Amino acid sequence: MIRATLLSLALALTSLPAMAQEATTPDATATKAPPEQIVAGLSRDNIGITTSFDGSQILIYGAVKREAPEPTDEKLAVIVTLEGPLGPVTIRKKSREFGIWVNTASVGVAAAPSYYAVATSGPIEEILDPRVDTQQRISIPLAMRAFSGPIEVEDSKPFTEALLRIRERQGLYEMETGGVHIVDNTLFRADFELPANLTEGDYKTRIFLLRDGKLVDQYQSAIEVRKIGLERWLYTLAHQKAALYGLLSLALAVFAGWAAAAIFRFVR
Amino acid sequence: MQIYLPIAEVSVNMFTLLGLGGIVGLLSGLFGVGGGFLITPLLFFIGIPPSVAVATGANQVVASSVSGVLAQLKRKAVDIPMGLVLLVGGILGSAGGIWVFNLLTQLGQIDLAVQLCYVVFLGLIGLLMLQEAVRTLQKQRRGTGVRKKRVQHTWVHKLPFKFKFRASGLYISVIPPLLVGIAVGVLAAIMGVGGGFIMVPAMIYLLNMPTKVVIGTSLFQILFVSAFTTLMHAITNQTVDVMLALLLIVGGVVGAQIGSRLGARLKAEQLRILLALLVIIVAAKLGLDLILRPHDLFSITTGGEG
Repeated sequence: MIRATLLSLALALTSLPAMAQEATTPDATATKAPPEQIVAGLSRDNIGITTSFDGSQILIYGAVKREAPEPTDEKLAVIVTLEGPLGPVTIRKKSREFGIWVNTASVGVAAAPSYYAVATSGPIEEILDPRVDTQQRISIPLAMRAFSGPIEVEDSKPFTEALLRIRERQGLYEMETGGVHIVDNTLFRADFELPANLTEGDYKTRIFLLRDGKLVDQYQSAIEVRKIGLERWLYTLAHQKAALYGLLSLALAVFAGWAAAAIFRFVR
Repeated sequence: MQIYLPIAEVSVNMFTLLGLGGIVGLLSGLFGVGGGFLITPLLFFIGIPPSVAVATGANQVVASSVSGVLAQLKRKAVDIPMGLVLLVGGILGSAGGIWVFNLLTQLGQIDLAVQLCYVVFLGLIGLLMLQEAVRTLQKQRRGTGVRKKRVQHTWVHKLPFKFKFRASGLYISVIPPLLVGIAVGVLAAIMGVGGGFIMVPAMIYLLNMPTKVVIGTSLFQILFVSAFTTLMHAITNQTVDVMLALLLIVGGVVGAQIGSRLGARLKAEQLRILLALLVIIVAAKLGLDLILRPHDLFSITTGGEG
């Protein structure tokens, strides 16, 4: 139902230039305007993590705005990325010591996104120039930032690969080739399924408009993911008034224990 | 129905948690143990971060021991002075245990330490219990009366600071109970358990306490130590998930009542053998995880290196 409305909204965008201007990125228009510009919107700009939170869907849609006729010789492509808040991660490797498996080596990554999804309109190696990729950090392996501290292992590559592999398995890092649908070289849309185990923070959305692998225009926006209601209250309490929260948990446990005994005595 | 846990920051099925609490409650009602030694590994298994599982497990133990202590107090089966001595030791041990826990977390060896503790202690106690129960059962079959235990005078009786524990009928030094308390406190903090399964044999075999006061006194001490552990984890690590605890407790108390009714239909010795087997199975499973090559040699934790 919501999806259907959003799709019709996305389709209506082309016939509504007034709305389109509103959503144009300011940084893109500040300098010399590119021949083609992205006009985009998000189905929602905030996600509330409630008690019953079970993942969420995000629709990112938009259109290509042109002042001049479309260049027909170069192939158009769109890549949409969605990136969760960055955080430090420690990757550990087990090896066998005295007959049991023990964590023996570790590599720290100073900043890796808690969530990272890339949707493309075609195979990434065909539509994206590697130089643009390095510059803009688009593909998943580039999403990780610097190592933290000196690297104590000989080869850090297996460690970073493991991070990507584990997060991909958890559904936190995702590459969706063909996840961006382009209609008439003008309209595009990408759907993202956010997993249930989201962390709080600002989720950065980036849209790249490419012609023959070269960057034509880009658009950036953010989705705010916050715990709300009871979740927010408990989380804040646990971190800001830890002693009170601890006492509250204890009181709850003592009460539950007492009540259970009392109720069952009554039942008997 | 999925429920998002505010501290663990994972979404889990509510009925899975109620069921887990229920199963553990059932076993604790059936066997008279806190069930902490089962809940923590089960929480690891469904993907709750270890630090949250341990801290929340302690909170759950508080709830289950409260109802136990209330029942035992009515029967006057709690040796309060002995409980207090064990408690002082327990709190010292618990503070030390949390310090060790944080240190091991930073070193990345907490999972190993917790697993090793489980394998060693559960395995040892499971085997001892099994041996004891089988022997008693065999004696009953042969029809011979249970042999009276001789009062053994060991080095324990030569220690200073003697004190009269009336309810237990003991005149012993406070040092051994204090040490037992410390040991249980350390383990409680590291393993997220009440420590009943270590405390009870220690009280019977090391302190020679009469069996009738052992359970009540141990529960009395466990209640306060796990309350203290919960509070310490809440303050220093912010890892107690009250939502998770609540679901486990609700499932647990219902399960415990069903368990205690089921238990009334089984013979005490049969129950002990079943419990011993259960304990051994848990220990063996955790032990195999240490010995067998893991599915993935790599693991990740959020947060930097210590």
